Amino acid sequence: MSEQVSGAPAVEMRGITKAWPGVIANNGVDLTVRAGEVHALVGENGAGKSTLMNILYGLIHPDAGEILINGTPARITGARDAIAHGIGMVHQHFMLIPVFSVGENVMLGREPVTGGAFYDHARARKEIEALTQRYGLALDPDARTGDLPVGLQQRVEIVKVLYRGANILILDEPTGVLTPQESIELFGVLRDLVKAGKTIIFISHKLREVLEISDRITVMRRGKVVGHLTTKETNEQEIATLMVGREVLLRVEKKPAEPGPVTFRVENLTASSDRGVPALRGVSFELRQGEILGIAGVEGNGQSELVEVLAGTRRATGGRVLLGDRDVTAFDARMERDSGIAHIPEDRRGTGLVLAYSIADNLVLGRQRTPAFSWHGMVLRISAIKAWAKRLVKEFDIRAGNIDVLARTLSGGNQQKIIVAREMGNRPRVLLAAQPTRGVDIGAIEFIHRRLVAERDEGTAVLLVSAELEEIRSLSDRIAVFYEGRIVSIEPADTPEERLGLLMTGGGSGTRTGAA
Amino acid sequence: MTVIGDILRLLTTADLWQAALAASVLLLLPALGGVISERSGVVNIAMEGMMLTGAFFGVVADLAWQNVWLATLVAIVAGGAMALIHAVVSIRFRADQIVSGIAINIFAAGMTVFLVRRIYGVQDIGHVGPSELLPNLSIPVLDQIPFVGQVFFQQNVVVYIALFLLVLVQVVLFRTRLGLRIRAVGEHPHAADTAGINVYWIRYGAVITSGLLSGLAGAFLAIGISNTFVPNMTDGRGYIALAAMIFGKWTPLGAFLACLIFGLGEAIYANNSTIHVSQYLLSMLPYILVLVVLTGVIGRSNPPAADGIPYVPGAE
Repeated sequence: MSEQVSGAPAVEMRGITKAWPGVIANNGVDLTVRAGEVHALVGENGAGKSTLMNILYGLIHPDAGEILINGTPARITGARDAIAHGIGMVHQHFMLIPVFSVGENVMLGREPVTGGAFYDHARARKEIEALTQRYGLALDPDARTGDLPVGLQQRVEIVKVLYRGANILILDEPTGVLTPQESIELFGVLRDLVKAGKTIIFISHKLREVLEISDRITVMRRGKVVGHLTTKETNEQEIATLMVGREVLLRVEKKPAEPGPVTFRVENLTASSDRGVPALRGVSFELRQGEILGIAGVEGNGQSELVEVLAGTRRATGGRVLLGDRDVTAFDARMERDSGIAHIPEDRRGTGLVLAYSIADNLVLGRQRTPAFSWHGMVLRISAIKAWAKRLVKEFDIRAGNIDVLARTLSGGNQQKIIVAREMGNRPRVLLAAQPTRGVDIGAIEFIHRRLVAERDEGTAVLLVSAELEEIRSLSDRIAVFYEGRIVSIEPADTPEERLGLLMTGGGSGTRTGAA
Repeated sequence: MTVIGDILRLLTTADLWQAALAASVLLLLPALGGVISERSGVVNIAMEGMMLTGAFFGVVADLAWQNVWLATLVAIVAGGAMALIHAVVSIRFRADQIVSGIAINIFAAGMTVFLVRRIYGVQDIGHVGPSELLPNLSIPVLDQIPFVGQVFFQQNVVVYIALFLLVLVQVVLFRTRLGLRIRAVGEHPHAADTAGINVYWIRYGAVITSGLLSGLAGAFLAIGISNTFVPNMTDGRGYIALAAMIFGKWTPLGAFLACLIFGLGEAIYANNSTIHVSQYLLSMLPYILVLVVLTGVIGRSNPPAADGIPYVPGAE
């Protein structure tokens, strides 16, 4: 590998075109990445970022175009070629084997061998220790990868790429799965890597991150490059407009809430996690009609369990949940639903949708027994379901060929809109929204935020759980901060981010404690 | 009580354990094949058919050439050829691997019967002469050890080969680079692919190996234990091997222990004249044991994560 001169192009992609049946994923795309920079590639889901990077990494073969690495034309027909050219990729969905040790995952494909065939544990360990010391990335080579938190798993991916001698690192939506804390750590790592002479291509649709970490930005929309920007000379609004192709509202517009009477009351609620340890240690709050109560907190502090208990998919071990005057604590999911509690679950693909069902079937899920959609709860009224689905698809702007398309084939944003449409579809009294915009593009975020506020204004009591502080702050009328299974404080909506951050990590002092 | 007493008495005889080991080896070979195939992510329920095919062509070759070693080789290759069909169908054409496996088992049963009539024109294929059988081999000195000598060192040559293969497969899968790659492909083929490993080659290799091992088991059955081919002579052993593989949590050593239990059951059944209970009841023994054990006494057993899922590059 030749010595890289800072500023000279490390990667040049010229006129890259790739068409799938029915869509042109990349249409004459040009991309130049300079050595030693962090280059952000931004665009909405489906804009062609991942296709372009998979082409660079050799996983997809372009129909036309050429690639130059460090100024020399390169033929990359597979991951092996890419690795040989010093290109490494940290995939959005980790390419890690959960049951393998960290060491085995890092070494895979380039394993040290002793005696001609035997996997050399000792040398693997040594290699990893050397790498982790050089780049300040602490890892235990013998840990089982699947047991590590997501942030550390991503670190394994990065070390894996470095072990293969990568000088150009592609990170595909690296912060999508990380907590805010882990994201901050990741950015520290990226800065260190740049200092060590690496070039980084950072794919994202989170504009604040892009502005924070990148030097230059390439914006894609519908398979084409629509802008080359220098980070210092641009701003969030300009990038968003380029990405979406129209002016977008980055701030949520809402009028002050007009809270009605208390409709949902949680009293001293306790519950255990999947591993049987206490996850909720006495949670109490009230939720009024026509308000959004935001739950802020570092993930894993009991927020997921809270939503599950309220939605009827997890048993409470103590305390009470009241809907109006009715005790709904022991209700199962069906009863909760029937009594007017809607639930947007955090795991869109696992819990929110049946991916192998059509849009129409997903939209009616949970209401299939009602007289509107079946005769005596036995035989489905197909035409009623279709009419209902058509209405919702239009109202919630779900973009798909037709309502019989499988949910699996849609983008994350459109999948999420199916869930949102289903849950808001017939006026819930209480709406539990867990991570409602996770992994969804800007256009869809804007839309979902608007709908949440509209729902509030219609008088629904909304409980919003999100790992994105910005989302919590812009939508909520009050903010409850979660820490270790308790509400440590309930704060007004305009509380500064710093104070929330402090409360979330166990610092600061609550104005009002929610724990009994 | 007398029944249990009879069985216990039987368990103290070297004859029984000698027979049990031989019977379990007949299951171990296809079970090892299953372990290799499924560790690479291809579900293989076709060991029955591969074994039967091996048994048939082994006998045909032995009758034709009067050479047991050549016949064994033919049997192995025949098993491998059936496996190649399974590999092409499930890897290249990404078909359902269970359906492909069932098809191969049914095909093998029909094909062998058809070919017997076609080639020999009669129901009975004929018998292989005693000198044309896979030989029993006593290991000098060691075979004189009381009890242990008879059980372990007075066995058919295939038993020794199978025990060697058992150790080999265990070591290759869990101690070598090749094994790491096979397991990677079976757990997460995309990860393996992005690490520069050829998923297809590994899977083809693993599935074909499973056929070779099943073919050898077929040879052992037809021209080792027996001396002729009888339609459907494998009698479900390929499926029992499959159960042993699951029972053994997809590990060679675990599968071997399971095979021993089945083999012991079979040996007790074969010795039923000394036990005063219905032989049919005895024949159920190992399977009842399996059902009990599978309910969770040995803990959950998880197949490789990508087992049975065809690999489509680039798709999540």
